[in-house]
Amino acid sequence: MDVELLEIRQHMGRFPPFDGLSDDLLDAIAEQVEVSYFKTGSSILALNDTLNDLCYIRSGAVEVYRSQGELYNRLGEGDIFGHFSLLRNHKVRLPAKAIEDTLLYFIPKAVFQRLCDEDEHFADFVELERPRLESAAEQQKKSNDMMVTRIRKLLTRYPVMVETSTSVQLAAQQMSDAQASALLVIKEGSDNPRYSFKDSEGQTWQMCGILTDSDFRTRIVAEGLSPQTSVGEVVSSRLITIQSDASVYEAMLTMLRSNVHHLPVLYRQRPVGVVHLSDIIRYETHSGLYLVSNIFNQSSVQGLARLAPDVRAAFVRMVQEGANSQMVGSALSTIGRSFTRRLLEMAEAELGPPPVPYCFMVNGSMARNEQSIVTDQDNALILSDEFNPEEHDDYFYALAKIVSDGLDACGYTYCKGDVMATNTQWRQPLSVWKGYFQDWMANPTPERLLHSSIFFDLDSCYGEDLFVETLQDLIAETAPKSPLFLAAMARNALNRTPPLGFFRTFVMEQDGKHNNSINLKRRGTAPMVDLVRIHALACGSKAQNSFQRLNDISKTQLLATGMSDKLSYAFEFLCMSRVRHQMIDLQEDRLPDNNIEPENVADSERHTLKDAFQVLSNAQKFLKFRYPMPAQRQGR
Amino acid sequence: MFGIRPRQKITQADWKGYMAQQSQLASNPAIQQFFGTSLPDPETPISKVPMVALDMETTGLDERRHAIVSIGVVPFTLSRIKLAERRYWVVKPPRPLDEASIAFHHITHSEIAQAPDLDEILDELLAQLAGRLVVVHFRNIERPFLDAAVKARRGEGVLFPMIDTMSLEARLHRQTLWARFRRWLGRPPVSIRLNASRRRYGLPAYQGHHALVDALATAELLQAQIATHYQPETPLKDIWC
Repeated sequence: MDVELLEIRQHMGRFPPFDGLSDDLLDAIAEQVEVSYFKTGSSILALNDTLNDLCYIRSGAVEVYRSQGELYNRLGEGDIFGHFSLLRNHKVRLPAKAIEDTLLYFIPKAVFQRLCDEDEHFADFVELERPRLESAAEQQKKSNDMMVTRIRKLLTRYPVMVETSTSVQLAAQQMSDAQASALLVIKEGSDNPRYSFKDSEGQTWQMCGILTDSDFRTRIVAEGLSPQTSVGEVVSSRLITIQSDASVYEAMLTMLRSNVHHLPVLYRQRPVGVVHLSDIIRYETHSGLYLVSNIFNQSSVQGLARLAPDVRAAFVRMVQEGANSQMVGSALSTIGRSFTRRLLEMAEAELGPPPVPYCFMVNGSMARNEQSIVTDQDNALILSDEFNPEEHDDYFYALAKIVSDGLDACGYTYCKGDVMATNTQWRQPLSVWKGYFQDWMANPTPERLLHSSIFFDLDSCYGEDLFVETLQDLIAETAPKSPLFLAAMARNALNRTPPLGFFRTFVMEQDGKHNNSINLKRRGTAPMVDLVRIHALACGSKAQNSFQRLNDISKTQLLATGMSDKLSYAFEFLCMSRVRHQMIDLQEDRLPDNNIEPENVADSERHTLKDAFQVLSNAQKFLKFRYPMPAQRQGR
Repeated sequence: MFGIRPRQKITQADWKGYMAQQSQLASNPAIQQFFGTSLPDPETPISKVPMVALDMETTGLDERRHAIVSIGVVPFTLSRIKLAERRYWVVKPPRPLDEASIAFHHITHSEIAQAPDLDEILDELLAQLAGRLVVVHFRNIERPFLDAAVKARRGEGVLFPMIDTMSLEARLHRQTLWARFRRWLGRPPVSIRLNASRRRYGLPAYQGHHALVDALATAELLQAQIATHYQPETPLKDIWC
């Protein structure tokens, strides 16, 4: 491998689907790429162009459109496009345009074919049409992600390297500057061919050892050595390394076997990074955390918007790794809240500090911590009672606008029902909000509550949490004593029913676009959420999450014994079906939605779904009896 | 850049005529072939011009005292950089390396010990350059070094038109009214070195000091410069020098 192409292969090796390729195949790509620069706004692929290469974004950002001009996807560094047309020998169907100054690598068609032929994972990644739910479901069960992810994917930077003659003090300073917990010690020459390598400038070095944080303690400080001691004197000659295309699993085994916490990662003989045990643990458990910290590092709406693909990727990974719907829902809600908070911080930086205290309230799925990947924004502002509209409302409108527009740019589309802080009605002081809730509960009609039920899932996202807590207390206190209100809510909850004759006679939505599928949100999860909310209101629960609400309900006599467990199970299954189908949409590069297609539903899933719908349907029937319209009202 | 001695200015008055004349005068077959392969007409739109990015690492800055140690070339056009057609050579300088010079190019004694003399690869190099417009970042290294090295080996030199991405950058940042105003205010001049220039166009940072990586970086920079400040129709004569 030519050292001059390292730049290219290392970049590609960090991104899917290239991250799963063998080093040999990566070399083959790097050898053959062609490069081109595109100015912001310039066209990369035009409709009906002939396409001869796969396009890889080295830097910059690209938007892909449908032929009608509607946005199909926004892509960033490390993303690919053009593979659909390439696979089918089509002319370009999805035109692409640079939205920033962009450097592209073109991978010639012949190389692309070879990758598809020789690497199954790559072929899966780029192929659109594949009856894959069955295999995907199977894979989800048996393939542990750790077995297939290559260790180089965990590397985020080059290793800190010092020569043997460097003083330990200087070495420690370099580690601190780089915030590294280990450094590699190298010297010129090649007496030990196993660890000798050439750097990008052609000089030959060899790696002598690794020096870690704890070595500084045990080998230097504890021994009372001078800060001027050279690292060569203290470095251990025991060197355990791993190849960059080894799996994360192998790396973990190597660490356990050798009882080390740091592993230098080599590409052939050349060190390309150091992994620490914590990198592996973090990769395994909290991949969403990287994303959240990344959100808080962004300084512009554009930067935030560019993270949208990462959100989808984190979602797909979580599902693949077997997360349940609660984990997925709370992770996506955390991510959504982080976007909102960051936007509020940016808005405050732009507009100055708020004139009176406020709380940015989220409603609906985000408040319940049940967000899905297909979601709009529901939010509102609760202002301090010192709020004076003439004086202060300009500020809060501007704040709400920045957040709402920003969220829309990040994929959280505007709320169709206008439940957003930009709406004057939902940008009010606490006393007005108290009035709203009191009025909804005291004078309920199903019609009035139809559009306000979303406010009964409420949580603070930023600012004075106390404001939202005050409202939660008010609801928990008043709702159980308001039978008319519960009855009106119950009636609304019956507006949406699950399909029944599901097994062979699928009930489909007849809105043209999805006529061959069922909307699992409208016909499953949403009616379930409504139902759980009413019982929770009736028992004075302050929980917002449906599972926690069911838990609170189970402690009361509202439902028959075991019923809340059953509902919990049915809800989990409905949510997971929806999540899985959204993941399949994403993997097949469709816009994810709430629909599932009957042909993608495995037999076992069909049966269980049918059971879940049955549980929901029975629970809805019970709702009618449990919260009847009070007779005295009807008599009056 | 300090350390570069002032040189006779080579102007583009009539490159076409000059090339034709050289082809007549040349006696070495490779050089004759080189000058005999005609370059695009000065009126050709830049988008139609076949180009080749060239970068070399040298032991110093003076072609009379220092020598070439490596050469990288990458053929390209305004729309594509053909990495698959790249070439890279390490060559052995006629004078032994002194330690100080390693700082300039990072190529070690052992590598150079096995390398051929430039003469052995010269025919191949000239064939790569022939008929293509050579693109460099800072022509005052590549042009005199190549000329001197060829003269020393074949008894006659090679001078030819080039596109210099550094001088294109200088036109934008050093020779404008705004640049003069900045200088008058005592502001430091805008850096027109390769990596600093690339950053202005949103191009990624590459690890420098490898002739081939720098040639690739130069080709990308030219694509970015044309896309930003010129048109695909801009005639070659407005850009070369």
